[in-house]
Amino acid sequence: MFKKISRLTGIFFLILLWGHAPAGHTSQEVCSPAGDASQPLVAQPQYGDAIVTASIGDASTLIPILASDSSSAEICGLVYNGLVRYDKDLNLEGELAESWEIKEGGLVIIFHLRKNVKWHDGKPFTARDVEFTYLKLIDPDVKTPYSGDFERVKSLEVIDDYTVKVDYKEPFSPGLSSWGMGIMPKHLLENEDLGNTRYSRNPIGTGPYRFKEWKTGEKIVLVSNPDYYEGRPFINRYIYRIIPDQATTFLELQTQGVDQVGLIPLQYSRQTDTPFFKKYYRKYKYPSFGYSYMGFNLKDPKFSDGRVRLALDHAINKEEIISGVLLGLGRVSTGPFTPESWACNKDVRPVPYDPIKARALLKEAGWEDHDGNGILDKDGQEFRFTIMTNQGNDTRKTTAEIIQRRLRDIGVAAEVRIIEWATFLSEFIDKGKFEAVIMGWNLSRDPDCYDIWHSSKTRPGEFNFIGYKNEEVDKLLLEGRREYDRDIRRQIYNRINRLIFDDHPCIFLYVPDALPIVHARFRGIEPAPAGIGYNFIKWYVPTGEQRYTRW
Amino acid sequence: MVNYIVRRLMGMVPVLIGITLITFFVIHLSPGKPTRLQAEMSPKISLEAREKLDRLYGLDKPVHVQYWEWVKRLSAMDLGKSFVDERPVSEKIGERIPITIAINVLSLIMIFLVAVPIGITSAVREGSEYDRISTVFVFIGFAMPTFWLALLLMSLFGVNLGWLPVSGIKSIDFEDYNLVEKIFDLIRHLALPVFVSAFAGLAGISRYMRASMLEILNKDFVRTARAKGLPEKQVIYKHALRNALLPIVTIIGLSVPGLIGGSVIFESIYAIPGMGKLFYDSVMARDYPVIMGVLFIGAVLTLIGNLIADVMYAYADPRIRMSGR
Repeated sequence: MFKKISRLTGIFFLILLWGHAPAGHTSQEVCSPAGDASQPLVAQPQYGDAIVTASIGDASTLIPILASDSSSAEICGLVYNGLVRYDKDLNLEGELAESWEIKEGGLVIIFHLRKNVKWHDGKPFTARDVEFTYLKLIDPDVKTPYSGDFERVKSLEVIDDYTVKVDYKEPFSPGLSSWGMGIMPKHLLENEDLGNTRYSRNPIGTGPYRFKEWKTGEKIVLVSNPDYYEGRPFINRYIYRIIPDQATTFLELQTQGVDQVGLIPLQYSRQTDTPFFKKYYRKYKYPSFGYSYMGFNLKDPKFSDGRVRLALDHAINKEEIISGVLLGLGRVSTGPFTPESWACNKDVRPVPYDPIKARALLKEAGWEDHDGNGILDKDGQEFRFTIMTNQGNDTRKTTAEIIQRRLRDIGVAAEVRIIEWATFLSEFIDKGKFEAVIMGWNLSRDPDCYDIWHSSKTRPGEFNFIGYKNEEVDKLLLEGRREYDRDIRRQIYNRINRLIFDDHPCIFLYVPDALPIVHARFRGIEPAPAGIGYNFIKWYVPTGEQRYTRW
Repeated sequence: MVNYIVRRLMGMVPVLIGITLITFFVIHLSPGKPTRLQAEMSPKISLEAREKLDRLYGLDKPVHVQYWEWVKRLSAMDLGKSFVDERPVSEKIGERIPITIAINVLSLIMIFLVAVPIGITSAVREGSEYDRISTVFVFIGFAMPTFWLALLLMSLFGVNLGWLPVSGIKSIDFEDYNLVEKIFDLIRHLALPVFVSAFAGLAGISRYMRASMLEILNKDFVRTARAKGLPEKQVIYKHALRNALLPIVTIIGLSVPGLIGGSVIFESIYAIPGMGKLFYDSVMARDYPVIMGVLFIGAVLTLIGNLIADVMYAYADPRIRMSGR
């Protein structure tokens, strides 16, 4: 008997040793020389090498107006160009459009297109391609999810080969940024069914990279476009590897098998602090364009009283969530705009953590612990509710647990329920069957948030599912999307920020940081408010450090 | 014999209809719509746009109408088109089936090469030290979570020793390799996934083999063989083994669905674009045509696998073939 046990423990000991081995070993690898930022910068960027990016999901289609998932959008972003794009400071600049004029108080936009742009097959890009893309976007038989912004266009007129005039039914300022949509080649796609064309897996665009191959579920390879209108990108190949498992991706990083990937907070602050990662990789950190919140069902009588919602806000320690869940890699959210946005009202301060005040406010609203069981009650009803969130997002789950604990401190009994994403949306969010939810919004660069906050957007399946209604906000949201002047818009959105925050329709929790890591051999990366990807075509690897030279 | 096979084939049709009918309705009963997921949770995608998508995919029709349309298409050998990327389902399955079958066949071969000898030897030396060790070893394999073993091996051979690639099935410069390099590259990439998927299967087969061997060794004809003075080797490997392998044949039949179902776990971990991953992704995206396609092919193959096992049985054992007459 003893023999058996000792043998067993021997085996397990061996396994444990394997488990610990990586940390011990990495220190050995450091001796081999590699790129380091302390080396003198090579003045002249060099062509060559490849970048390997890891993604958990494969793309689904490379037709830009059909691409709704982030993988497809990422590849489309390199293969196609829009008329406009956001620069490093998040201002709109011309891409395929050299310039534009806004006329008649915002009813008309005239785009002047670049004349030296060619499709990857050598044909020139013209205004006909813009018209074609627009017609496909509003075609009822095309399965595009992006038709919304383009339904507001009254007509689109090609004035000459390089001028397009867009008439709107009414002024619609977010419309300008919607022209960042990838423009498709008319001469190739004119007679194709977009959903079922070979170009959806073999795209021809005008962008900095040309499509080379797509091995489903394995990788997508792009090669640099020598005729790109802004000049040939320095990195020859872009390899998009599909690695569904995060742990695998991390092991690949440790063998330098992938060059660029987004980290999770734990990896960023703990697991990549080794000499190996310091030597071979550079980490970056900037606020992402989104926020997480705990939303209330405002039709629920418990939450209809603003004092109750404010009390719950006081009871939740946002800093604690950020340090516990995001390991400090984020900041407190103060409303529907991210802190980097010009729309964000800098005067809005987060509600401080103050459980005593929370209790006082609840008492004022009639919630007291009459029966002494530790849970507040009112009219014989105990203050209990369920916080729902979706499965597969550990950050949200842990956030919910911390909130549950803090609410318990003030006598509110919250339960946490985790539901699979598809079921969560269709059975609970769309049908309004929830009390509180923890969710997040990814925001567009334009501050227009009509669909999230306007009181008309509360039908099942629409985005104001919490049922927020404030007449002044409704009015301002409409004004904001009619106005083009940045200063006037800033005032409008600052006011919206203030009004929504003071209404506490939800508890704004945090804005997480984006945490990309890139192999140290890549130079020319300049972090900016837009992140690091905006100048990707200017990244390069000095000749001596290039890894992938056969192609 | 032909008669027997034909009878069995006829019997498969109603089973198949039953399987597809039930799976179709169960899948449509599960909450969540493909169009809702496709649009993720982006405020830029309006309700009207999503309703339009429902209409274009035919999701606004009643379920029984959708099923009827699916059957009609199927009768023309058309599995339909994926909701996610509009590609024909047969094409999506077709490009993923080879790698999954390759890995599973390799691991099946490995399982049989290792598990059958382990089973035989531990049955022959029942109760010995060797039997006990192999039992413990086999059960560790059985109990060990696949994903954990996979990650440990990746970490050991991929990161620490650097002998094998961490994940994927081909190197980045695979296309530029010559034939020898290509084969070597594939072997290096497949070594871990095949080992991991075989390791878990080892336990079951070796236990079946052991049990069936033990049973046979106690049979009268084995005693007769020994009594007439045959060498022990011949008794075991000629007389006993042949009979003991029969139940194992059934197990081959049962592993056919695994061949196309693949394994989500090791395919995800090793970043292998196989069937398991395709099926998992399509369930998560509620991509009904792909789900139905995979299940249908899986059902057909399972039935065929059972049929082959039964035919082999009938061939080996005349009593089965005759009883139906």
